[in-house]
Amino acid sequence: MKILVVDDEADVQPLFLQRFRKEIREHEIELDFALSGEEALVYLQEKHSEVVLILSDINMPGMSGLELLSKIRHDYDTPPPVVMMITAYGDEENHRRAIENGANDFLTKPLDFNLLKEKLKTLFA
Amino acid sequence: MYILYYIAISVMAFRLKKMASNTDIYDQWRRWFNLSWIIWIIFVAVDSSTGNTGSNIVGWVLLLAILRFLTNNSDFKPFRFYIDAHYPLLAVGLIDILSELINRPFYKKWEHFYLLAMLAAFGWIYMRWLSSKKQRDELEKANRRNTELDRLVMERTAELTRQRNELQETVKLLQATQAQLIQQEKLASLGELTAGIAHEIQNPLNFVNNFSEVSMELIDEMEEELNKGDTEEAIAIATDIKQNLEKIIHHGKRADGIVKGMLQHSRSAGDVKEPTDVNKLADEYLRLSYHGLRAKDKSFNAELITQFDEGMPQVSMVAQDIGRVLLNLFNNAFYAVNQKKKTQGGDYKPTVSVTTSAANGWMVILVKDNGIGIPNEIREKIMQPFFTTKPTGEGTGLGLSLSYDIVVKGHGGKIDITSEEGAYTQFEIRLPI
Repeated sequence: MKILVVDDEADVQPLFLQRFRKEIREHEIELDFALSGEEALVYLQEKHSEVVLILSDINMPGMSGLELLSKIRHDYDTPPPVVMMITAYGDEENHRRAIENGANDFLTKPLDFNLLKEKLKTLFA
Repeated sequence: MYILYYIAISVMAFRLKKMASNTDIYDQWRRWFNLSWIIWIIFVAVDSSTGNTGSNIVGWVLLLAILRFLTNNSDFKPFRFYIDAHYPLLAVGLIDILSELINRPFYKKWEHFYLLAMLAAFGWIYMRWLSSKKQRDELEKANRRNTELDRLVMERTAELTRQRNELQETVKLLQATQAQLIQQEKLASLGELTAGIAHEIQNPLNFVNNFSEVSMELIDEMEEELNKGDTEEAIAIATDIKQNLEKIIHHGKRADGIVKGMLQHSRSAGDVKEPTDVNKLADEYLRLSYHGLRAKDKSFNAELITQFDEGMPQVSMVAQDIGRVLLNLFNNAFYAVNQKKKTQGGDYKPTVSVTTSAANGWMVILVKDNGIGIPNEIREKIMQPFFTTKPTGEGTGLGLSLSYDIVVKGHGGKIDITSEEGAYTQFEIRLPI
């Protein structure tokens, strides 16, 4: 299962890698990273068929997570990847707009990885 | 005609008394003027005892003596024109007396000519006095005018002094108000910063928490691996843990730096110039400004481009002041692109870039946005205090004027603006290295 994590903070990468250490070692999960919405779109052009889940930060310089989300929903609908939005502003406005734009779920920073793992389990059980 | 000398002396005493009456020598000489009647006693005494010729000579000598006295006395200097007018009479009188003594028959024959000459000399005195009277009247008029003018000048001076004092008070009041406004502007920009700061602190704190948690899990895993005897994996995990701890330190320091920067920003005093990493400063404030704006308007988004000259030397500056300048410029830039996005929408990509470089003894920071630009007609005004294009309540109009003060007056630098309405705005800050 390939997951693309989009966040402008490079340090989320070791964090995800370590949190999913076991899953990666057992080849249950494969993680890829993009540092911006633009980078994510370039990545998706080639590998959208492999990626099953996209985790994206909302608050990024340049293209925001919400813009990325609507582009993904517009460009890739067969099969539609699961998109979860992450933001530091855990407010209703962003939540509403994320869902409106077709997000499957909404997570707030700091990320609760146990909760994320649970969600992954139910999503891909 | 011998009586002419006595008349001249008597008249002279009378006129001098009158002329001196409104000067400060009057009190001192009044007594002597009043004693002029003595001249007539002398005349009667001399005339009755020695006859005409005797009184003629005595009168002449008396006049000469009095003229010499008056001429040599500095108190009568102002009346010299009048006193000197008597000398012709003396001269004619001398000829008259000598002629009478030397050649009496000749003298007797031509006596009426001598008399005419004497009368002419006497008349001369009167003429002199008349013309001088005119002058004196003019002079007095001018004096009165001068006194009046002096009084007016004094009045005006007093009025001006009063006005100047009032203005000084007003200036003091204005200076105090300005200081307050500057302080308020600082607080206002701190308010704008708060949201950005919250975001900026939240991020490193999240990392601190996340890396701490994951490290605890990793330690559990490491124990498991050690129990299994897989030391290789245990060592790999240990390496990860060490990395995580480094990350925790890094993000802890990041949060620390932000809080310190915030404190510096709000501090009112403390304009100590210190070597500063301009790139770091610009990056910090760019993020603060961006997140501050995003906190207010979540739909807002812009591309941030930073082109930092990595070889930039440390430049001596009051970091929080230059930080405020940058914050102002970034806020303006984001405002400009946001305004443009509102009207343009569509494919418009808001971009704010900051570029640093150093050359020829100057450090240059360029802040450029592709926003609404500055119309030519207000280009000159934007540095003026209280000038703002923002709606009431959104801008103090002090941002750029304070920036100008900080850069130009505080640091001996320059601010240049280039802009094209509807296309871009670029602020160039130059500071001497």
